[in-house]
Amino acid sequence: MSLATLGEIPNLAESFSAEESLEMFRRMCLTRYFEMRLIKAYKDGLIKVPIYLSIGQESISAAVATMISGYYIFAQHRAHSVYLAFGGNPVKLIDELLGLPTGCSAGMGGSPSIQDPDIKMIGHHGLIGENVPLAVGAALGAPDAGVVSFFGDAAAEEDYVFASMGFALTHKLKVLFVCEDNNLSILTPKSDRRSWEIADATRSIGMPTADIGDDPWLIAHYTRQFSSNLPAFLNCRTCRHHWHVGTGIDNPPEWDRFTLVKEQLDAFGLSSRADKIEAETKQYVENLWNERLPILSGK
Amino acid sequence: MERTLADTIREITREHLEKNNGLLLGQAISAVGWVNNTVPPDCSGIIELPMADVAGPGIAVGAAVVGRRPILVIRFQDFIFLNSSLVINYAAKAKDVFGQVVPIFVRAIADEGKGLGPVHSACLHSIFMHMPGMRVCAPMTPEEYEETWAVFMANDDPMYVSEHRRSFGQKGEMPDIVIDNADITIFSISAARFSTLEAVEIVKQDGIRCNVIHLMWLKPFTLSSRLLEPLESSGRGLVVDSDFAICGAAQSIAYELMTASGLPVKALGREDRSSGAAHHLEVGTPSSLKIAQAIKDIVKIGKKVRT
Ligand SMILES: Cc1ncc(C[n+]2csc(CCOP(=O)(O)OP(=O)(O)O)c2C)c(N)n1
Ligand SMILES: [Mg+2]
Repeated sequence: MSLATLGEIPNLAESFSAEESLEMFRRMCLTRYFEMRLIKAYKDGLIKVPIYLSIGQESISAAVATMISGYYIFAQHRAHSVYLAFGGNPVKLIDELLGLPTGCSAGMGGSPSIQDPDIKMIGHHGLIGENVPLAVGAALGAPDAGVVSFFGDAAAEEDYVFASMGFALTHKLKVLFVCEDNNLSILTPKSDRRSWEIADATRSIGMPTADIGDDPWLIAHYTRQFSSNLPAFLNCRTCRHHWHVGTGIDNPPEWDRFTLVKEQLDAFGLSSRADKIEAETKQYVENLWNERLPILSGK
Repeated sequence: MERTLADTIREITREHLEKNNGLLLGQAISAVGWVNNTVPPDCSGIIELPMADVAGPGIAVGAAVVGRRPILVIRFQDFIFLNSSLVINYAAKAKDVFGQVVPIFVRAIADEGKGLGPVHSACLHSIFMHMPGMRVCAPMTPEEYEETWAVFMANDDPMYVSEHRRSFGQKGEMPDIVIDNADITIFSISAARFSTLEAVEIVKQDGIRCNVIHLMWLKPFTLSSRLLEPLESSGRGLVVDSDFAICGAAQSIAYELMTASGLPVKALGREDRSSGAAHHLEVGTPSSLKIAQAIKDIVKIGKKVRT
């Protein structure tokens, strides 16, 4: 069985309204087309900083962001998708990638260190997994706020990650932990690094846990269910399309959730609305890029 | 074909793994170019560590306790704040505390200048000089690396080897430059050695003559005549380092040279601010232009005669 379907619940998608389904799809389109235009700019030599692409993993933050709002966000280095799905201003991200003072981190952060107080997204400095204790500390210090923490399957191995999750459980802190489990640490597969699953560890200490694929309806379902019972952990198996850093591709991804979601929307009779959203979003982000890129050449 | 520093490190490692029952531990060793081609592919004794940045190096220290003389690879020196608890607090102290030797070879690789941001672009050997119990060095050439390794194997101390990605392609040696009537003696560390050689060419156009002494051993640090004689004849000194200046190797060594010689010796290191991703916000090894300016500023002060 492919991990794409891990934890599937039959007929789950039907229980969502067309609006919810299309909203998740719109947020997926934002990242997909933002990054496709970014890849072109990168290949044209216009982006001078290393870039960490989310393409293939868009459904995770798109689904979570559709279900919760107002949370503090603590993401990791691969966070264009998180930023865009949670309503971050794409222009500020473009400017950041161009190294401009108008960027969301004024050029200090580049692709892996995105922050934006407007959406309560706290900057990630670049040490993997340290966003998790930070997130837990924020939940301790601001007990009325919700906190969401995104991290990778390699980050899950960091000494301080499980310890922080345990602390959140002990103190009943409102943190939703989300692991974007693409099975890779740079290019090293999980099987070369460990023989255990973080979801088994969180379950064993009594934390509400779902180890699932990256089907946005499934993720949205658990996000909604868990958000009233935090802390909780969502481990989402997903496929990163590109290299760890940069635009290279080794093998075609095992699955492309974006295509699968479009097929599902089609099956629901939503294809014309989905097509319109896709075309409009693509045009929207392309226009933004085309407006900002000339700044580099002073035109 | 002339061997590079990377070739040298790889062959030393291969021999250690194949003949000495050695170990090499680190993250992302196999997957991305075998650490810039410094690790022999698929040798036995290579352990892919999980991304547990505190426990992983601790596991390497444990292997050192039982005599496997592990090589621990740290792909970015900035990680050492996470990586070094058991290195500094156990490996470096156990000989004094328990009489237990813990010979571990820490390959800590510095990088910079690639838009790597605040936690992937530092060079941090100075804090290991600060703490007792470790040997600290920064080899930049094939023969220097061989010397480093020979000292490690001949002794029982843990060793912090401050490497720099700028040096991996280095082929020849970097001999000291000592000339007659030099205006200044520059002592350089790590990648600052490459920038210093460029700076010396820049100031030559202003008629400034420089001695250059390459510093590979940072701790223990010996004030030999190799260091003091050129300083005394040139009358002024400058120590340049890729690490931060404040409380760093440059300031510490400048102090040693100054008190031993009674001559003015300045220190130049990395600027005291965080590095950013965008090119204009990056912090790194002092550039050749910056070193050249520092040289000019010191030479302007006028030659002090030893008192
Ligand atoms: C503390 C720390 N250790 C190691 C690294 C080097 N590093 C950067 S990203 C990465 C892999 C991250 O994998 P994962 O958490 O699964 O996220 P993904 O890149 O797969 O999205 C590693 C090892 C780092 N930046 N910080
Ligand atoms: Mg991963």
